Amino acid sequence: MTNEKVTSALLYLDGVSVSFDGYKAIRNLSLFIEPGEMRAIIGPNGAGKTTMMDIVTGKTRPDEGDVLFDRGQHDLTKLDETAITELGIGRKFQKPTVFESHTVADNVLLALKGPRGPFASLFGWRNKVEREKIDSILTTTGLIDHRDRLAGEISHGQKQWLEIGMLLAQDPAILLVDEPVAGMTDAETEQTAALLRDINQSHTVIVVEHDMTFVRALNCKVTCLHEGSVLAEGSIDKVASDERVIEVYLGR
Amino acid sequence: MSFARVLCALLFSALACLSMPDAVRAADLPSALTRLAADDFTETAQAIEEIADSGAPHAEAILTALSNARLFIEPATKKVFWRTPAGVVHDALSGEPVAAAPAGMDVVRINNRLRRVLANAIGALTLMAPEPQRRRAAAEALFRSRDESALPLLEDALKAEKLPAVARAFREARASIMLAAAETPKAQRIESISVLRERADMGAIASLRSINAKADEQAKALAAEAVADIEQRLKLIGYVQNVWYGLSLGSVLLLAAIGLAITFGVMGVINMAHGEMVMLGAYTTFIVQEFLRSTAPQWFDYSLAIALPLAFLVTGLVGVAIERGVIRFLYGRPLETLLATWGISLILQQAVRTAFGPTNREVGSPSYMSGAFDLLGVSITWGRLWIIVFTLVVFVALLLALKYTPMGLHMRAVTQNRRMAASMGIRTPWVDAMTFGLGSGLAGIAGVALSQIDNVSPNLGQTYIIDSFMVVVFGGVGNLWGTLVSAFALGVANKFLEPMAGAVLAKIFILVLLILFIQKRPRGLFALKGRAVEA
Amino acid sequence: MIIQYLLSRYEKTGLAFLIVMAALAIFVPLSNLFIPPSSAFHVPTHVMSLMGKYLCFAILAISLDLVWGYCGILSLGHGAFFALGGYAMGMYLMRQIGTRGVYAHPVLPDFMVFLNWKELPWFWYGFDLFPFAIVMALFAPGLLAFVFGWLAFRSRVTGVYLSIITQALTYALMLAFFRNDMGFGGNNGLTDFKDILGFSVQAQGTRATLFFLTALTLIGTYMLCRWMTITSFGKVLVAVRDAESRTRFLGYRVEHYKLVAFTVSAALAGLAGALYVPQVGIINPSEFAPANSIEAVVWVATGGRGTLVGAAVGAVVVNFAKTWFTTGALAPYWLFVLGGIFIFVTLAMPSGIVGTLQQWAGRRRAGKADEAKPPVAQAAE
Repeated sequence: MTNEKVTSALLYLDGVSVSFDGYKAIRNLSLFIEPGEMRAIIGPNGAGKTTMMDIVTGKTRPDEGDVLFDRGQHDLTKLDETAITELGIGRKFQKPTVFESHTVADNVLLALKGPRGPFASLFGWRNKVEREKIDSILTTTGLIDHRDRLAGEISHGQKQWLEIGMLLAQDPAILLVDEPVAGMTDAETEQTAALLRDINQSHTVIVVEHDMTFVRALNCKVTCLHEGSVLAEGSIDKVASDERVIEVYLGR
Repeated sequence: MSFARVLCALLFSALACLSMPDAVRAADLPSALTRLAADDFTETAQAIEEIADSGAPHAEAILTALSNARLFIEPATKKVFWRTPAGVVHDALSGEPVAAAPAGMDVVRINNRLRRVLANAIGALTLMAPEPQRRRAAAEALFRSRDESALPLLEDALKAEKLPAVARAFREARASIMLAAAETPKAQRIESISVLRERADMGAIASLRSINAKADEQAKALAAEAVADIEQRLKLIGYVQNVWYGLSLGSVLLLAAIGLAITFGVMGVINMAHGEMVMLGAYTTFIVQEFLRSTAPQWFDYSLAIALPLAFLVTGLVGVAIERGVIRFLYGRPLETLLATWGISLILQQAVRTAFGPTNREVGSPSYMSGAFDLLGVSITWGRLWIIVFTLVVFVALLLALKYTPMGLHMRAVTQNRRMAASMGIRTPWVDAMTFGLGSGLAGIAGVALSQIDNVSPNLGQTYIIDSFMVVVFGGVGNLWGTLVSAFALGVANKFLEPMAGAVLAKIFILVLLILFIQKRPRGLFALKGRAVEA
Repeated sequence: MIIQYLLSRYEKTGLAFLIVMAALAIFVPLSNLFIPPSSAFHVPTHVMSLMGKYLCFAILAISLDLVWGYCGILSLGHGAFFALGGYAMGMYLMRQIGTRGVYAHPVLPDFMVFLNWKELPWFWYGFDLFPFAIVMALFAPGLLAFVFGWLAFRSRVTGVYLSIITQALTYALMLAFFRNDMGFGGNNGLTDFKDILGFSVQAQGTRATLFFLTALTLIGTYMLCRWMTITSFGKVLVAVRDAESRTRFLGYRVEHYKLVAFTVSAALAGLAGALYVPQVGIINPSEFAPANSIEAVVWVATGGRGTLVGAAVGAVVVNFAKTWFTTGALAPYWLFVLGGIFIFVTLAMPSGIVGTLQQWAGRRRAGKADEAKPPVAQAAE
């Protein structure tokens, strides 16, 4: 679209399409995320929410379209996962994936911002445990009491938080958070929303979620995807009252 | 083939009866034999011509015996005898075997000049021999020797010849002689060149190259051109031959890999004991043949047909046992599956070694599997042809079975979405066992075929396992057509590399290429795409 | 202070292992050389050689455990790296034969004279120097692993695919080394060694020294691998093993980590091969056989992968069993036993000897509190 949008957007997707064996998962998707924004993405199953995240993080290559980062400086379609992460795009997966045979503290340690090369980790600073930093992140995510337990042993909700904690440790410019409250209690959901709002003070955040209470609690701009493209976009009230959104997603 | 041969023989013996003038000319034989008894080289030379001209049915036998120092004279009676290589003594006049050989016989001596005369006489006689194969062989001998003195006889033989194939051999021999001769007219030389060009083989090239130095320039140029042309054609035939060998190797690879395409490709189970399933199939064939040999030898030709279902059953059951006993505990842990099945392969190898001994076992070929025939200059063995046909039949049958039988439907359902299939009432553990049994059974069938072309030993499976995995991976996991293409592509590539690099280097080269290829396309030639693959 | 720091790096099992190895390294050679054969404490030379062989296998097993146990790379081609190291040492030993060969050629080894070669192939240059041979024993396998790994890891060949192509690699090398034209002695390989650094390879003193050096190398290998696995580097390796793609999303160049681990591991395997050859007196292409590599994998599995000590223990235990079986009347049944080990370990004892013992001890310490989970998480995503 306009050049202005390219230069102002932190994340810029335009005309993106991708298909798997003939099935079009994403069709002509366009999305602009401003720096410092919090954006919630909703939509029915198969709407392409996770695939959109796969494209941004380099897991899936789009068949066509532009995916640009940081005011159009970087073409994400040309980079692999590692390079994209290095640019400052962090991701939390739908199914919490933590390193189960490492302790909670080690999981955060691995995520901590810093040089990532094999020789840095053999000889470098990474071996001098940055205990304070890790502890502060574990405190923020409420996991400080579990710091020396194996990540495989903590509960599902705790794993979700651990993943968010790892994202914090990465300190990325933009966080992609895929279904952070799946399987959480109401109280936990509430806490998570507060945590994300807090994170949004210093980071750009994209959240994919089904839980409308949670999305409301985030109090941000909402994009509804359907069949791989944007169905409606705007404030939660505007989107929630959109006829087509009610039709395909929210129900009457 | 053999039917045509019988027909020819019948036809010819009928002709021979009509045209045999032996009664008239046999009269010369006694005088020729008395000349031999003189033991004088000039007389013997005369005798050779007379014997050759006599038309006696055993004239050739006498001359052959003379050239091999098996012709004798009894000094007292001046009677002539010859002895066959088997040791039976015949009377030269009547041709009948004699009961007791007379004692103290002298060998009829010959010298080099006589040897040449003899060779020609025998050649000429065999040009007239009743059996078409021998006439042809005589023509071939002349084709190579290019003996000018045989030309008149050759012309005679050509006029008398009724069989087109033999007549052609005669014409080719004549062309070869004429080309090499000094005094051939230009027109005949040119005609000879075209005859040889028609023949188009290494022999024709040799003949064309030995064109007489006195031939005129145009003929020489034509001959050179013909040589180039034949070489071109031979090269082409060489390619075709390579493709054939490649297809043959490809069919073997496909046979070995087709079961793996099911267990590894469709189920995702790494079965390192797959090669041993092939081996078990081969041993099943061995047992069936041993049984038939001792009980019903007349059924031997059906041994493979009997072994096929048995091998499928035996290896299929072993496969089911392995799946139920070991593999089912390891689903989702491919590396552990790999190790456990390797252990199974060691046990199976050792079990067979203990039961049948470590040495190669003799597995015979039924009559229809042996022999070869020529197609457009390419030699094709029946065994290899049957294996290719068999492989394709197995492949098509498998495709159809997967597509149209309820079992195939269940199999595809389970591999595509296990949980969904289970919730639709498909007994997934049973399907797993059956699928693995099918893959193993296919390996057993492959073993029956491979027993025909490879050594049946406990190590048989080891030689195929790496190749089979390469074929499946190269073709793209989970894609039967990919396996087919990949097997034949690898087979043909291997056979084209072999003449350039040698068999071992070709194999190494292919392995290295495959390793590089997998780096480039980790999911094979015909990979499935999409999110499902990531899981 | 420093000793205390060093000791703090090793858990109980590792410490016990180091003490046992150090004791063996000192006791066995001394006993062989200085205690009279009549004594019960004397270690006969053939037993010492056998133990030396086991220790070489233990080094190979530890190197394999580094990539398999910690990084999830199941290499079925580590025997190739071992054999390459062995060939490097074998080439040095061949050059030392000099004029004492059958053909008494001053430069060319016997098999080259036999093949009618006129001069030394270029890749045999320098192997008359011991340091060069040792460097090559590390460098050649390391380089092969680096190139192979660079291609494979970059294009994300993982799991069984990687295993299969490593197997194809060693198979291809075996075929290649069987060829006379390769210039490595073909079928017969390299043998009839005379001297190493001027000492006869047959002499008791040389053998005792070789044993001592092997034990020392094993200790060094263990300490190196231990260090690599307890640093953040090791944590990243385990992260790659358990969730490769997640590690990428944390910004790690997974392929670089794998490459470093694989190359170091291959070089260590080569070193093991270099120590092995003078002790057994021969190296031939059958060392490349795929079966050898996969057997090394089962040593690691038997001892317990992801524990390093377990790999060494497994190598010794399985090879001891192999010697015991194949020298007695039970020889024909060895493959049954080996096959059985493969199946038993994968089905019933996935943590191996050391892993199971550690779990058991850990459970006892923790009391009856909670049923411990197996510590090795499966490499499924």
